[in-house]
Amino acid sequence: MKLTLEFGGGLELLCDSVKIHHVNVEPQAGESKLTMKHLLPWVRTNLIKERPEMFMKGDSVRPGVLVLVNDCDWELSGQLDTNLEDKDIVVFISTLHGG
Amino acid sequence: MEAEEVVAKPPKGRFCTICNQRRAALKRPKTLEQICRECFYAVFEEEIHGVIVDNQLFKPGERVAIGASGGKDSTVLAYVLSELNRRHNYGLDLFLLSVDEGITGYRDDSLETVKRNEIQYGLPLKVVSYKDLYGWTMDEIVKLIGLKNNCTFCGVFRRQALDRGATLLKVDKLVTGHNADDIAETVLLNILRGDIARLSRCTSITTGEDGPIPRCKPFKYTYEKEILTYAYFKRLDYFSTECIYSPNAYRGFAREFIKDLERIRPRAILDIIKSGEDFRISTSTKMPEQGNCERCGYISSQKWCKACVLLEGLNRGLPKLGIGRSRGANNELSKNAKEAKGIDSIQSKQCGTLDF
Repeated sequence: MKLTLEFGGGLELLCDSVKIHHVNVEPQAGESKLTMKHLLPWVRTNLIKERPEMFMKGDSVRPGVLVLVNDCDWELSGQLDTNLEDKDIVVFISTLHGG
Repeated sequence: MEAEEVVAKPPKGRFCTICNQRRAALKRPKTLEQICRECFYAVFEEEIHGVIVDNQLFKPGERVAIGASGGKDSTVLAYVLSELNRRHNYGLDLFLLSVDEGITGYRDDSLETVKRNEIQYGLPLKVVSYKDLYGWTMDEIVKLIGLKNNCTFCGVFRRQALDRGATLLKVDKLVTGHNADDIAETVLLNILRGDIARLSRCTSITTGEDGPIPRCKPFKYTYEKEILTYAYFKRLDYFSTECIYSPNAYRGFAREFIKDLERIRPRAILDIIKSGEDFRISTSTKMPEQGNCERCGYISSQKWCKACVLLEGLNRGLPKLGIGRSRGANNELSKNAKEAKGIDSIQSKQCGTLDF
Protein backbone atom coordinates (compact mmCIF):
# COMPACT_ATOMS: atom_id res chain seq x y z
CA MET A 1 0.00 0.00 0.00
CA LYS A 2 1.18 3.47 -0.85
CA LEU A 3 1.95 5.86 1.99
CA THR A 4 3.41 9.34 2.23
CA LEU A 5 5.74 9.81 5.18
CA GLU A 6 6.87 13.24 6.26
CA PHE A 7 9.68 13.95 8.72
CA GLY A 8 10.17 17.27 10.48
CA GLY A 9 11.62 19.05 13.48
CA GLY A 10 15.06 17.66 12.69
CA LEU A 11 14.02 14.01 12.16
CA GLU A 12 14.61 14.49 8.44
CA LEU A 13 18.33 14.69 9.25
CA LEU A 14 18.16 11.01 10.18
CA CYS A 15 17.03 10.12 6.67
CA ASP A 16 19.46 11.98 4.41
CA SER A 17 17.68 15.32 4.99
CA VAL A 18 14.75 14.19 2.84
CA LYS A 19 11.50 15.40 4.39
CA ILE A 20 8.90 13.66 2.27
CA HIS A 21 9.06 10.01 1.30
CA HIS A 22 6.59 8.20 -0.95
CA VAL A 23 6.81 4.57 0.02
CA ASN A 24 5.15 1.25 -0.56
CA VAL A 25 4.68 -0.87 2.55
CA GLU A 26 2.84 -4.18 2.71
CA PRO A 27 1.15 -5.63 5.81
CA GLN A 28 3.12 -8.26 7.64
CA ALA A 29 2.76 -11.82 6.38
CA GLY A 30 -0.45 -13.33 7.73
CA GLU A 31 -1.95 -9.91 8.56
CA SER A 32 -4.58 -8.20 6.49
CA LYS A 33 -3.99 -4.70 7.82
CA LEU A 34 -0.98 -2.49 8.23
CA THR A 35 -0.71 -0.83 11.64
CA MET A 36 1.62 1.84 13.04
CA LYS A 37 3.16 -0.90 15.18
CA HIS A 38 4.43 -2.48 11.98
CA LEU A 39 5.20 0.74 10.14
CA LEU A 40 7.62 2.09 12.78
CA PRO A 41 10.20 -0.73 12.55
CA TRP A 42 9.80 -0.64 8.76
CA VAL A 43 10.75 3.06 8.79
CA ARG A 44 13.66 2.41 11.11
CA THR A 45 15.00 -0.33 8.84
CA ASN A 46 14.31 1.28 5.49
CA LEU A 47 14.49 5.05 5.89
CA ILE A 48 16.48 5.94 9.00
CA LYS A 49 20.17 6.15 8.12
CA GLU A 50 21.62 7.25 11.46
CA ARG A 51 20.88 7.53 15.19
CA PRO A 52 17.71 5.38 15.15
CA GLU A 53 17.38 6.02 18.91
CA MET A 54 16.32 9.58 18.04
CA PHE A 55 13.31 8.10 16.28
CA MET A 56 12.28 5.08 18.33
CA LYS A 57 12.38 4.00 21.94
CA GLY A 58 11.20 0.46 22.66
CA ASP A 59 8.51 -0.43 20.13
CA SER A 60 7.13 3.11 19.80
CA VAL A 61 8.40 6.52 18.74
CA ARG A 62 10.66 8.29 21.16
CA PRO A 63 8.62 10.37 23.63
CA GLY A 64 8.54 13.93 22.34
CA VAL A 65 7.99 12.90 18.72
CA LEU A 66 4.62 14.10 17.46
CA VAL A 67 2.83 11.67 15.14
CA LEU A 68 -0.04 12.72 12.88
CA VAL A 69 -1.95 10.33 10.63
CA ASN A 70 -3.82 12.28 7.95
CA ASP A 71 -3.25 15.46 9.96
CA CYS A 72 -4.78 13.93 13.05
CA ASP A 73 -2.95 13.28 16.33
CA TRP A 74 -2.28 9.53 16.51
CA GLU A 75 -3.34 9.60 20.16
CA LEU A 76 -6.88 9.83 18.79
CA SER A 77 -6.56 6.82 16.54
CA GLY A 78 -4.99 4.36 18.95
CA GLN A 79 -1.28 5.15 18.58
CA LEU A 80 0.47 1.86 17.71
CA ASP A 81 -2.88 0.21 16.95
CA THR A 82 -3.75 2.82 14.32
CA ASN A 83 -4.75 1.06 11.10
CA LEU A 84 -3.24 2.51 7.98
CA GLU A 85 -4.91 2.65 4.60
CA ASP A 86 -3.73 3.23 1.07
CA LYS A 87 -2.62 6.85 0.42
CA ASP A 88 -2.47 7.72 4.11
CA ILE A 89 -0.10 10.48 5.16
CA VAL A 90 1.96 9.94 8.30
CA VAL A 91 3.91 12.84 9.79
CA PHE A 92 6.67 12.57 12.40
CA ILE A 93 7.94 15.74 14.05
CA SER A 94 10.54 15.81 16.78
CA THR A 95 10.66 18.28 19.65
CA LEU A 96 13.96 17.00 20.92
CA HIS A 97 16.17 19.27 18.88
CA GLY A 98 15.34 22.29 20.94
CA GLY A 99 13.77 25.26 19.31
CA MET B 1 9.97 26.27 2.40
CA GLU B 2 8.36 23.11 1.12
CA ALA B 3 8.60 22.37 -2.57
CA GLU B 4 6.00 19.69 -2.19
CA GLU B 5 2.74 20.22 -0.35
CA VAL B 6 1.17 17.17 1.22
CA VAL B 7 -2.61 17.29 1.34
CA ALA B 8 -4.23 15.07 3.94
CA LYS B 9 -7.42 13.07 3.53
CA PRO B 10 -10.54 14.48 5.16
CA PRO B 11 -10.56 13.62 8.86
CA LYS B 12 -12.52 10.72 10.30
CA GLY B 13 -13.14 9.65 13.86
CA ARG B 14 -14.76 11.38 16.81
CA PHE B 15 -16.25 14.82 16.92
CA CYS B 16 -14.63 17.71 18.71
CA THR B 17 -15.70 17.86 22.37
CA ILE B 18 -15.94 21.66 22.20
CA CYS B 19 -17.95 22.39 19.03
CA ASN B 20 -19.29 18.89 18.41
CA GLN B 21 -19.39 19.76 14.71
CA ARG B 22 -15.99 19.03 13.26
CA ARG B 23 -13.76 15.97 13.67
CA ALA B 24 -11.21 16.05 16.44
CA ALA B 25 -7.61 16.58 15.29
CA LEU B 26 -5.67 16.34 18.53
CA LYS B 27 -5.79 15.35 22.17
CA ARG B 28 -4.84 18.18 24.48
CA PRO B 29 -2.15 17.02 26.92
CA LYS B 30 -3.38 19.43 29.58
CA THR B 31 -7.02 18.36 29.64
CA LEU B 32 -7.11 15.21 27.49
CA GLU B 33 -9.94 16.86 25.51
CA GLN B 34 -10.24 15.77 21.91
CA ILE B 35 -10.69 18.86 19.81
CA CYS B 36 -10.74 20.01 16.20
CA ARG B 37 -8.23 22.34 14.59
CA GLU B 38 -10.37 25.46 14.71
CA CYS B 39 -11.28 25.01 18.38
CA PHE B 40 -7.63 24.23 19.10
CA TYR B 41 -6.49 27.53 17.56
CA ALA B 42 -9.08 29.36 19.63
CA VAL B 43 -8.30 27.74 23.00
CA PHE B 44 -4.55 27.84 22.41
CA GLU B 45 -4.55 31.56 21.64
CA GLU B 46 -7.09 32.55 24.28
CA GLU B 47 -5.28 30.59 26.98
CA ILE B 48 -2.15 32.59 26.27
CA HIS B 49 -4.21 35.77 26.30
CA GLY B 50 -5.53 34.67 29.72
CA VAL B 51 -1.99 34.17 31.03
CA ILE B 52 -0.99 37.62 29.75
CA VAL B 53 -4.00 39.30 31.37
CA ASP B 54 -3.97 37.37 34.66
CA ASN B 55 -0.29 38.05 35.20
CA GLN B 56 -0.42 41.62 33.86
CA LEU B 57 2.54 40.92 31.64
CA PHE B 58 2.17 44.10 29.58
CA LYS B 59 0.95 47.66 29.88
CA PRO B 60 -0.54 49.61 26.95
CA GLY B 61 2.07 51.49 24.95
CA GLU B 62 4.99 49.30 25.97
CA ARG B 63 7.77 48.36 23.61
CA VAL B 64 8.34 44.61 23.75
CA ALA B 65 11.15 42.58 22.20
CA ILE B 66 10.54 38.94 21.33
CA GLY B 67 13.69 36.85 21.70
CA ALA B 68 13.64 35.12 18.32
CA SER B 69 15.85 32.17 17.53
CA GLY B 70 13.96 31.06 14.42
CA GLY B 71 12.92 27.88 16.24
CA LYS B 72 9.34 26.75 16.76
CA ASP B 73 8.76 28.31 20.19
CA SER B 74 9.84 31.83 19.35
CA THR B 75 8.23 31.67 15.91
CA VAL B 76 4.88 30.66 17.39
CA LEU B 77 5.32 33.30 20.10
CA ALA B 78 5.93 36.05 17.54
CA TYR B 79 2.93 34.91 15.50
CA VAL B 80 0.52 34.56 18.43
CA LEU B 81 1.66 37.73 20.19
CA SER B 82 1.23 39.91 17.12
CA GLU B 83 -2.18 38.30 16.56
CA LEU B 84 -3.30 38.89 20.18
CA ASN B 85 -1.89 42.41 20.15
CA ARG B 86 -4.20 43.20 17.25
CA ARG B 87 -7.21 41.24 18.45
CA HIS B 88 -7.20 42.49 22.04
CA ASN B 89 -5.70 45.94 21.49
CA TYR B 90 -2.73 45.48 23.81
CA GLY B 91 -1.25 48.58 22.25
CA LEU B 92 2.23 47.06 22.16
CA ASP B 93 5.10 47.89 19.84
CA LEU B 94 6.59 44.49 19.06
CA PHE B 95 10.12 43.79 17.85
CA LEU B 96 12.09 40.67 16.99
CA LEU B 97 15.46 40.38 18.69
CA SER B 98 17.95 37.76 17.57
CA VAL B 99 21.40 36.84 18.69
CA ASP B 100 23.99 35.82 16.13
CA GLU B 101 26.39 33.56 17.97
CA GLY B 102 28.52 33.14 14.86
CA ILE B 103 27.92 29.44 14.24
CA THR B 104 28.34 28.70 10.56
CA GLY B 105 25.80 26.25 9.17
CA TYR B 106 23.48 26.71 12.10
CA ARG B 107 22.79 30.24 13.22
CA ASP B 108 23.27 31.75 9.80
CA ASP B 109 20.49 29.46 8.53
CA SER B 110 18.14 30.09 11.45
CA LEU B 111 18.69 33.85 11.08
CA GLU B 112 17.38 33.55 7.54
CA THR B 113 14.18 32.15 9.07
CA VAL B 114 13.95 35.12 11.45
CA LYS B 115 14.46 37.49 8.52
CA ARG B 116 11.51 35.86 6.75
CA ASN B 117 9.46 36.15 9.96
CA GLU B 118 10.28 39.87 10.00
CA ILE B 119 8.49 40.20 6.68
CA GLN B 120 5.74 37.65 7.33
CA TYR B 121 4.66 39.21 10.63
CA GLY B 122 5.68 42.78 9.88
CA LEU B 123 7.84 43.05 13.00
CA PRO B 124 11.10 45.04 12.92
CA LEU B 125 14.15 42.84 13.54
CA LYS B 126 17.35 43.62 15.45
CA VAL B 127 20.29 41.23 15.35
CA VAL B 128 23.14 41.49 17.87
CA SER B 129 26.23 39.38 17.34
CA TYR B 130 28.79 37.87 19.69
CA LYS B 131 31.46 39.15 17.32
CA ASP B 132 30.35 42.77 17.77
CA LEU B 133 29.66 42.50 21.50
CA TYR B 134 32.57 40.32 22.61
CA GLY B 135 34.96 40.22 19.69
CA TRP B 136 34.58 36.45 19.36
CA THR B 137 32.27 34.21 17.34
CA MET B 138 31.31 30.80 18.71
CA ASP B 139 33.19 29.26 15.78
CA GLU B 140 36.36 31.01 17.00
CA ILE B 141 35.70 30.05 20.62
CA VAL B 142 35.21 26.39 19.73
CA LYS B 143 38.39 26.48 17.66
CA LEU B 144 40.22 27.61 20.78
CA ILE B 145 38.55 25.60 23.54
CA GLY B 146 37.16 22.58 21.71
CA LEU B 147 33.78 21.01 22.29
CA LYS B 148 33.92 20.97 26.07
CA ASN B 149 32.23 23.78 28.03
CA ASN B 150 31.41 25.65 24.83
CA CYS B 151 27.72 25.64 25.81
CA THR B 152 28.65 27.52 28.99
CA PHE B 153 30.22 30.33 26.96
CA CYS B 154 27.30 30.40 24.60
CA GLY B 155 24.68 30.43 27.36
CA VAL B 156 26.37 33.18 29.39
CA PHE B 157 27.02 35.33 26.34
CA ARG B 158 23.51 34.87 24.96
CA ARG B 159 21.84 36.02 28.14
CA GLN B 160 23.78 39.27 28.15
CA ALA B 161 23.51 39.71 24.41
CA LEU B 162 19.72 39.66 24.65
CA ASP B 163 19.80 42.29 27.37
CA ARG B 164 22.14 44.48 25.36
CA GLY B 165 20.00 44.09 22.25
CA ALA B 166 16.91 44.96 24.28
CA THR B 167 18.66 48.08 25.56
CA LEU B 168 19.54 49.09 22.01
CA LEU B 169 15.91 48.65 20.98
CA LYS B 170 14.88 50.74 24.00
CA VAL B 171 12.22 48.17 24.92
CA ASP B 172 10.41 47.95 28.24
CA LYS B 173 10.27 44.15 28.25
CA LEU B 174 11.77 41.08 26.71
CA VAL B 175 9.64 37.98 26.10
CA THR B 176 11.02 34.53 25.42
CA GLY B 177 9.44 31.37 24.07
CA HIS B 178 10.18 29.11 27.04
CA ASN B 179 7.34 26.61 27.27
CA ALA B 180 5.90 24.48 30.08
CA ASP B 181 8.14 21.53 29.20
CA ASP B 182 11.25 23.77 29.35
CA ILE B 183 10.27 25.11 32.74
CA ALA B 184 9.48 21.68 34.22
CA GLU B 185 12.85 20.55 32.93
CA THR B 186 14.60 23.50 34.56
CA VAL B 187 12.84 22.89 37.90
CA LEU B 188 14.16 19.33 37.84
CA LEU B 189 17.66 20.42 36.83
CA ASN B 190 17.85 23.00 39.60
CA ILE B 191 16.80 20.36 42.14
CA LEU B 192 19.38 17.93 40.78
CA ARG B 193 22.07 20.60 40.99
CA GLY B 194 20.94 21.84 44.39
CA ASP B 195 20.71 25.32 42.92
CA ILE B 196 18.35 26.96 45.40
CA ALA B 197 18.74 30.47 44.00
CA ARG B 198 17.69 29.42 40.52
CA LEU B 199 15.04 27.01 41.75
CA SER B 200 13.22 29.83 43.45
CA ARG B 201 13.18 32.05 40.39
CA CYS B 202 12.97 29.63 37.47
CA THR B 203 9.19 29.30 37.69
CA SER B 204 8.51 33.05 37.86
CA ILE B 205 6.63 34.19 34.80
CA THR B 206 8.41 37.54 35.00
CA THR B 207 12.01 37.92 36.18
CA GLY B 208 14.44 40.77 36.47
CA GLU B 209 11.83 43.32 37.54
CA ASP B 210 14.50 45.01 39.63
CA GLY B 211 16.81 45.19 36.60
CA PRO B 212 16.60 47.46 33.58
CA ILE B 213 14.63 45.09 31.35
CA PRO B 214 12.24 42.54 32.86
CA ARG B 215 11.80 39.25 31.03
CA CYS B 216 8.65 37.24 30.78
CA LYS B 217 7.49 33.90 29.51
CA PRO B 218 3.95 33.95 28.09
CA PHE B 219 4.26 30.21 27.22
CA LYS B 220 4.93 29.24 30.83
CA TYR B 221 1.84 27.00 30.87
CA THR B 222 1.87 26.06 27.18
CA TYR B 223 2.79 22.50 26.29
CA GLU B 224 5.50 21.94 23.74
CA LYS B 225 3.26 19.41 21.99
CA GLU B 226 0.64 22.11 21.38
CA ILE B 227 3.21 24.65 20.18
CA LEU B 228 4.55 22.11 17.73
CA THR B 229 1.05 21.10 16.58
CA TYR B 230 0.07 24.75 16.18
CA ALA B 231 3.18 25.48 14.13
CA TYR B 232 2.55 22.43 11.97
CA PHE B 233 -1.16 23.04 11.37
CA LYS B 234 -0.57 26.72 10.61
CA ARG B 235 2.42 25.83 8.44
CA LEU B 236 4.52 28.41 10.24
CA ASP B 237 8.01 28.90 8.90
CA TYR B 238 10.48 27.79 11.54
CA PHE B 239 13.95 26.31 11.68
CA SER B 240 14.73 23.02 13.35
CA THR B 241 18.27 21.80 13.26
CA GLU B 242 20.48 20.82 16.10
CA CYS B 243 23.29 23.12 17.02
CA ILE B 244 26.40 21.70 15.39
CA TYR B 245 28.36 22.17 18.62
CA SER B 246 27.01 19.24 20.61
CA PRO B 247 23.96 19.22 22.80
CA ASN B 248 24.02 19.72 26.52
CA ALA B 249 23.93 16.14 27.76
CA TYR B 250 22.83 16.79 31.33
CA ARG B 251 19.83 18.84 30.26
CA GLY B 252 19.15 16.24 27.58
CA PHE B 253 18.56 13.60 30.24
CA ALA B 254 16.14 15.81 32.15
CA ARG B 255 14.38 16.58 28.90
CA GLU B 256 13.94 12.96 28.00
CA PHE B 257 12.75 12.15 31.51
CA ILE B 258 10.07 14.85 31.28
CA LYS B 259 8.90 13.48 27.96
CA ASP B 260 8.73 9.95 29.40
CA LEU B 261 6.64 11.27 32.30
CA GLU B 262 4.38 13.15 29.91
CA ARG B 263 3.61 9.99 28.02
CA ILE B 264 2.44 8.27 31.22
CA ARG B 265 0.70 11.27 32.71
CA PRO B 266 0.62 14.52 30.71
CA ARG B 267 -0.38 16.59 33.73
CA ALA B 268 3.02 15.79 35.26
CA ILE B 269 4.52 18.79 33.44
CA LEU B 270 2.14 21.29 35.04
CA ASP B 271 2.48 19.50 38.38
CA ILE B 272 6.27 19.88 38.35
CA ILE B 273 5.90 23.59 37.60
CA LYS B 274 3.43 23.84 40.49
CA SER B 275 5.89 22.06 42.80
CA GLY B 276 8.59 24.49 41.72
CA GLU B 277 6.34 27.45 42.44
CA ASP B 278 5.38 26.13 45.86
CA PHE B 279 8.90 25.49 47.10
CA ARG B 280 9.53 27.61 50.15
CA ILE B 281 13.15 28.50 50.59
CA SER B 282 14.16 28.64 54.23
CA THR B 283 14.93 32.21 55.26
CA SER B 284 18.23 31.09 56.77
CA THR B 285 19.48 29.99 53.33
CA LYS B 286 22.15 32.39 52.20
CA MET B 287 21.27 33.74 48.77
CA PRO B 288 23.84 35.40 46.54
CA GLU B 289 23.57 39.17 46.62
CA GLN B 290 22.97 40.94 43.35
CA GLY B 291 25.37 43.72 42.54
CA ASN B 292 26.99 45.03 39.38
CA CYS B 293 30.01 43.88 37.49
CA GLU B 294 32.94 46.20 38.18
CA ARG B 295 34.03 45.89 34.62
CA CYS B 296 30.96 46.19 32.40
CA GLY B 297 28.24 47.17 34.85
CA TYR B 298 26.01 44.20 34.08
CA ILE B 299 24.13 42.66 37.04
CA SER B 300 26.34 40.19 38.87
CA SER B 301 26.59 38.58 42.29
CA GLN B 302 30.39 38.58 41.94
CA LYS B 303 33.02 41.24 41.42
CA TRP B 304 33.03 40.52 37.72
CA CYS B 305 30.10 39.10 35.83
CA LYS B 306 30.40 35.66 34.35
CA ALA B 307 30.69 36.95 30.79
CA CYS B 308 33.64 39.19 31.73
CA VAL B 309 35.41 36.31 33.50
CA LEU B 310 34.94 34.05 30.49
CA LEU B 311 35.97 36.80 28.09
CA GLU B 312 39.09 37.59 30.12
CA GLY B 313 40.01 33.91 29.91
CA LEU B 314 39.56 33.88 26.14
CA ASN B 315 41.53 37.07 25.60
CA ARG B 316 44.40 35.94 27.84
CA GLY B 317 44.54 32.50 26.30
CA LEU B 318 43.29 30.87 29.53
CA PRO B 319 39.88 29.75 28.33
CA LYS B 320 39.30 27.51 31.36
CA LEU B 321 39.01 30.58 33.56
CA GLY B 322 35.57 30.68 35.09
CA ILE B 323 34.68 27.13 34.08
CA GLY B 324 33.87 24.72 36.88
CA ARG B 325 36.86 23.96 39.10
CA SER B 326 39.27 26.08 37.12
CA ARG B 327 42.44 26.95 39.00
CA GLY B 328 44.25 28.78 36.25
CA ALA B 329 46.12 31.92 37.19
CA ASN B 330 46.55 32.63 40.90
CA ASN B 331 45.36 36.17 40.94
CA GLU B 332 42.27 38.00 42.05
CA LEU B 333 40.41 36.81 39.01
CA SER B 334 40.87 33.11 39.55
CA LYS B 335 39.85 33.59 43.18
CA ASN B 336 36.78 35.30 41.89
CA ALA B 337 36.16 32.43 39.52
CA LYS B 338 36.52 29.93 42.36
CA GLU B 339 34.11 31.80 44.54
CA ALA B 340 31.67 31.87 41.71
CA LYS B 341 31.81 28.12 41.43
CA GLY B 342 28.94 27.50 43.79
CA ILE B 343 26.48 29.37 41.65
CA ASP B 344 27.95 29.10 38.21
CA SER B 345 25.94 26.18 36.97
CA ILE B 346 24.83 28.21 33.99
CA GLN B 347 24.11 26.06 31.03
CA SER B 348 22.33 26.79 27.87
CA LYS B 349 19.18 25.04 26.86
CA GLN B 350 19.94 22.35 24.39
CA CYS B 351 20.52 23.73 20.94
CA GLY B 352 20.21 27.33 20.19
CA THR B 353 17.27 28.51 22.25
CA LEU B 354 17.30 31.25 24.77
CA ASP B 355 18.57 30.70 28.26
CA PHE B 356 16.95 31.62 31.53
